[in-house]
Amino acid sequence: MILIEILPDKCDFCGCCVGVCPEDAIELKEAEIRIIEELCTNCAKCVWCCPFEVLKFNKEAASAKREKI
Amino acid sequence: MKDQYDIVVVGAGPAGSMAARFAAEKGVSVLLLEKDRDVGYPVRCAEAVVSAGLEEFISPDKKWIASEINKFSLFAPDNTEVVLEFPFTGFVLERRIFDYELAKQAASFGTDVLTRAYVNGLLFDGNKVCGVKFEHRGEQKQVKAKVVIAADGVESRVGRWAGLKTHVDFREMESCAQVTISNINVKADTCYFYFGKDVSPNGYLWVFPKGDSTANVGLGVSGLVGKNRSALSYLNEFLETNFPGAPVLTSIAGGVPCSITLEKISAPGIMLVGDAARQVNPISGGGIISGMRGGRIAGRIAAESILSNKPDHIFSYDKEWHEKVGKKHEASNRLKEGVFNFSDEKLNNLAHSFLKVPMEKRTLGNLCRTALINQPSLLFDIAKVFFV
Repeated sequence: MILIEILPDKCDFCGCCVGVCPEDAIELKEAEIRIIEELCTNCAKCVWCCPFEVLKFNKEAASAKREKI
Repeated sequence: MKDQYDIVVVGAGPAGSMAARFAAEKGVSVLLLEKDRDVGYPVRCAEAVVSAGLEEFISPDKKWIASEINKFSLFAPDNTEVVLEFPFTGFVLERRIFDYELAKQAASFGTDVLTRAYVNGLLFDGNKVCGVKFEHRGEQKQVKAKVVIAADGVESRVGRWAGLKTHVDFREMESCAQVTISNINVKADTCYFYFGKDVSPNGYLWVFPKGDSTANVGLGVSGLVGKNRSALSYLNEFLETNFPGAPVLTSIAGGVPCSITLEKISAPGIMLVGDAARQVNPISGGGIISGMRGGRIAGRIAAESILSNKPDHIFSYDKEWHEKVGKKHEASNRLKEGVFNFSDEKLNNLAHSFLKVPMEKRTLGNLCRTALINQPSLLFDIAKVFFV
């Protein structure tokens, strides 16, 4: 389950997130971005490196997941 | 476009175009693929270069030079301004025209160019890369190549598909935000740098003029800083304080890998150049000239390997890059770690010392010397940077 949320309307498609993703889990085209669900480990490095606050760590989903467990 | 080339270059930035040009010049067939619809746009760059480096590749031309720089103005955290003569000529470029010219240069040597070509996979012959898969205007295609040169920028994935470790440590990724603003008062011959933890922690904020009323204003923060506060938020605060209400002509994000070059930049059938290879000067964050140098070396070696039918010759690229440029980047990376950890107090003291030096003697070298005389403890910092 991906706990990272992308707000594509804010995105400038610069590629910082792709560069720091250790899992090659982000796909970026000219003006399209998506997280590849099967590869993402929710490490959040993409969130920390986004200059424009496009990626967010979804805290609610994270705590919901924790409760489930 | 043919279905087979000697060399396919992925990415038409300065590094990719130079790789294509220096390969094509040797007489091999080259295809240059660009994912965006335009070469040179969008610009993700502060656009400053040193003229001498550039002239190795192209004669300066007014149509892609926005400003000629001969002064630096450094602002300490307490706003003390130190102006010094820049010992070289610098340019602030119009990258959208500049990149175009470089791609044209590659084309003039016979390179085929295709835009809107998004590379999404590699072709393999055993463990050797032998071409790329790409999407072009909604159609999935492929093209074979004896050597693939990946110049796909900070967001590079091509190298990873070939098994190279290319991801950037988040602490070394400078996440940058930049605006081009107008109706402001800047000197067209001066590049301005602002230091301090409130303005730009662990780096600098730049104001690079494009003429006397327009400038690129931007900064980068490492992932460590970005965890708590984004580059955009720092930039907006600076703009509100220093250039309130200035019209914003462009606003961009971008990533600069401020690290040393990747340990391996070639593998069977593939070479990496430019930001994709992390060929950026880590202290300045400048990557145009070094990327072009990487492209030149890679393009030439790729062509030699094809013409002599020695596929393993491409591995000599790693060594040649390291000797010519890479090891300088390693020294500047050590210096970066020292300088960008200076406290605000230390930076202020430095600026105050610099101001005592008469203007005509304010060269970069003299400033380092003065800094050492006025604050001998700095020597330990520099020594730490180089020897520890």
